[in-house]
Amino acid sequence: MEMPSPNPAILARKARLAERLLTVLPADAVIQDEAETRAYECDALTAYRCPPLLAVLPRSTQEVSDVLRICHEESVPVVPRGAGTSLAGGALPTADCVILGVARMNEVLETDFENRIIRVQTGRTNLSVSGAVEEEDFFYAPDPSSQLACAIAGNIAMNSGGAHCLKYGVTTNNLLGVTMVMMDGTVVEIGGAHLDAGGLDLLGVICGSEGQLGVVTEATLRILRKPEGARPVLIGFDSNEVAGACVSDIIKAGVLPVAIEFMDRPCIEACEAFAKAGYPMCEALLIIEVEGSEAEIEHQLGLITEIARSHNPVELREAGDADEAARIWLGRKSAFGAMGQINDYMCLDGTIPVSSLPYVLRRIGEMSQEFGLDVANVFHAGDGNMHPLILFDANKPGDLETCEAFGAEILKLCVEAGGCLTGEHGVGIEKRDLMLYQYSEADLEAQLKVKDVFDPKWLLNPAKVFPLSVTASRRMVALAAE
Amino acid sequence: MMTPGSEAELAEMIAGANGPLCIQGGGTRGLAVEGEALSTRGLSGIELYEPGALTLVVKAGTPVAEVETLLAAENQRLAFEPMDHRGLLGTDGEPTIGGVIAANISGPRRIQAGAARDHLLGVRFADGSGQVVKNGGRVMKNVTGYDLVKLMCGAHGTLGVLTEVSLKVLPRAEAAATVTLTGVDLPGAVRAMSAALGSPFDVTGAAYDAETYQAHIRVEGFRESAAYRSAELVELLSPFAMAEVQEDAENLWRGIRDVAAFHEREGDVWRISVKPTDAVELVPHLEAKALQFDWGGGLIWALVPAGTELRSRINVPGHATLVRAAQEVRAQLGVFQPQPAPLAALSEGLRRQFDPRGILNPGLMG
Repeated sequence: MEMPSPNPAILARKARLAERLLTVLPADAVIQDEAETRAYECDALTAYRCPPLLAVLPRSTQEVSDVLRICHEESVPVVPRGAGTSLAGGALPTADCVILGVARMNEVLETDFENRIIRVQTGRTNLSVSGAVEEEDFFYAPDPSSQLACAIAGNIAMNSGGAHCLKYGVTTNNLLGVTMVMMDGTVVEIGGAHLDAGGLDLLGVICGSEGQLGVVTEATLRILRKPEGARPVLIGFDSNEVAGACVSDIIKAGVLPVAIEFMDRPCIEACEAFAKAGYPMCEALLIIEVEGSEAEIEHQLGLITEIARSHNPVELREAGDADEAARIWLGRKSAFGAMGQINDYMCLDGTIPVSSLPYVLRRIGEMSQEFGLDVANVFHAGDGNMHPLILFDANKPGDLETCEAFGAEILKLCVEAGGCLTGEHGVGIEKRDLMLYQYSEADLEAQLKVKDVFDPKWLLNPAKVFPLSVTASRRMVALAAE
Repeated sequence: MMTPGSEAELAEMIAGANGPLCIQGGGTRGLAVEGEALSTRGLSGIELYEPGALTLVVKAGTPVAEVETLLAAENQRLAFEPMDHRGLLGTDGEPTIGGVIAANISGPRRIQAGAARDHLLGVRFADGSGQVVKNGGRVMKNVTGYDLVKLMCGAHGTLGVLTEVSLKVLPRAEAAATVTLTGVDLPGAVRAMSAALGSPFDVTGAAYDAETYQAHIRVEGFRESAAYRSAELVELLSPFAMAEVQEDAENLWRGIRDVAAFHEREGDVWRISVKPTDAVELVPHLEAKALQFDWGGGLIWALVPAGTELRSRINVPGHATLVRAAQEVRAQLGVFQPQPAPLAALSEGLRRQFDPRGILNPGLMG
């Protein structure tokens, strides 16, 4: 992936910039030593690395505002960073940028069970938001796989999803308000504990804007009471087509499970070897989870298994107790770890219409032969969000490039099938150059116009989301303003 | 009135316009501005409906009734329960799906299922220069680029004219049950509704009628499930007031959705969104003739004497929309809540980008 070459004029004023930042931040919040800035050289897309010019770790909205005002005056690009768990390179620095990390801003500011909200600083991790309300049996619904580590700031930037969004929605559906700092240091409040922020839906466009419109420092999030119980069922099929048809029939029957996870044979085999969850060896496996009281769970699982039986499953396993439920989830939850054991892998994130699932899986299988790299598929079947894992060997020259080319073909396939390039990971740098497959130049221009309004100098995370060629003239304006 | 029959024709008409345009779907929501009427009614029809994928793609001018009939045949529905404004405003005409989306119209189920904007997967629109733009798509999870889908929803046609929308639809519940609390005042009702909404019973409606002193709490799902949950709620809520279950309360909820209590009554109607517990503190300041509450108390419908400036009486965070009033009152007070300066600047900036000539519903949102 190409990144813009650093601006030598900015590199030359590193000392002055650090000095100015030290006037508004304590010494331990400005990281300028080259050995230490290296800690910020990449996120979870580790194939790409570049230490930033400086990193700053503010503790308050005011400090974030001061930092951005200074960077704005100095025309220095800023890359916001949550916990650095982006799989798309959303927090990848350039050599001439300041990394603004919100990790030290992790306080819970308010919990309000009567109004069912929590207000947090955005450096707080996703799981610890649920943790803060657990005692009252509440939870925060979006549950990305990285929830132990990922920060709310990054969740908002990428509009993160998770396994349970079929029922509960993604971040944007659970975000009620933000405190956001604009690139020029202006602090804005949007929304709050009331519903529908009023005026244009600025909150809606900020969520998922990959840190390009502002730095969100505080968030008001919707919290929900936990259901009385939840239980999964595991169903094995001898073809992807039949598994896909089963998912469609369940949804058509009016059952809305909280999660429908799909694994194909390569994935089942890898998980089984790694986690020994006792999965049946078959072509496709569904894990379907429902929620409610004991009787409600029984009723829904009854409907689901009846539909599944009409599709001649090779295996149908209901969890009798919590242990069995955990075993059913065990393999799925260790899927990524299992793949990591075998090989290096690249995790894709395209979404397709559920109806085109069999076709897309068949084409991925064919392409796997063409590119000579294995693929395992695990995905959220209820909403069509696929996670093909392409296996490669990072030590083998050319393998990463082949893998990336293969990945790009899969994502194009998702778009051709009526879907999109990314369902929950974000574009970052990873899918930046594919944007013109999904959108026309006019479609992208409409998006760029939004950034023009929020960040006229194009300083916030400027090399992400859009093909560099498309944003070149705008980024040049920032340079010319030097 | 201009009634283009295709997206291309609509785009051409916008590009060729040389004055303000009043963008209309069915014209039932009382939001008309001065200008030549441009209607989307000619853009009608279902483009794609996949019940097994819970997705619907439909042209913007399609009547809501047609969409609802289509979905009902597959036991599905628009879960955000869009309000019909005709009874409240005394308008006639056929509400369109594009109007629902442009105004982000949601009903009682908004507290559980989300607003219209939460069910909108993709849009096609023509901006103020006549440029056709698409954003989002037809799949439920999509974070590819900026979410202009949300931005268009609730923009009331000021950023572009919708030509096609993709929606997430949901199964229609097999049954519903409503727990009604009788003889409860507002503070008690808000506490009871908070308790219900904070319970594990997945409440899909929580409304309070300040004129009958009744709170209504709805659950939906499979028949046995609705029965079980309503019985549990009766037990949970009995300490607040006398609680009884009503089996079939479809008309009741349609009335709550459409604010039937204020139909054909004199006065202006305001719609105020606040944090539910703030409603208790706010209400005495409103000096309203009559009040109805939805969303657990967070949505307040206030009937006030014509010409009342209500916004200055609001002493808690939130926003107020003037839904029904004479044209001159609306012009004087503004339909929508003015935004704080930095947000107003952003909104104005966006309008200028998407509608540089300022011809799309000018002045409606600021």
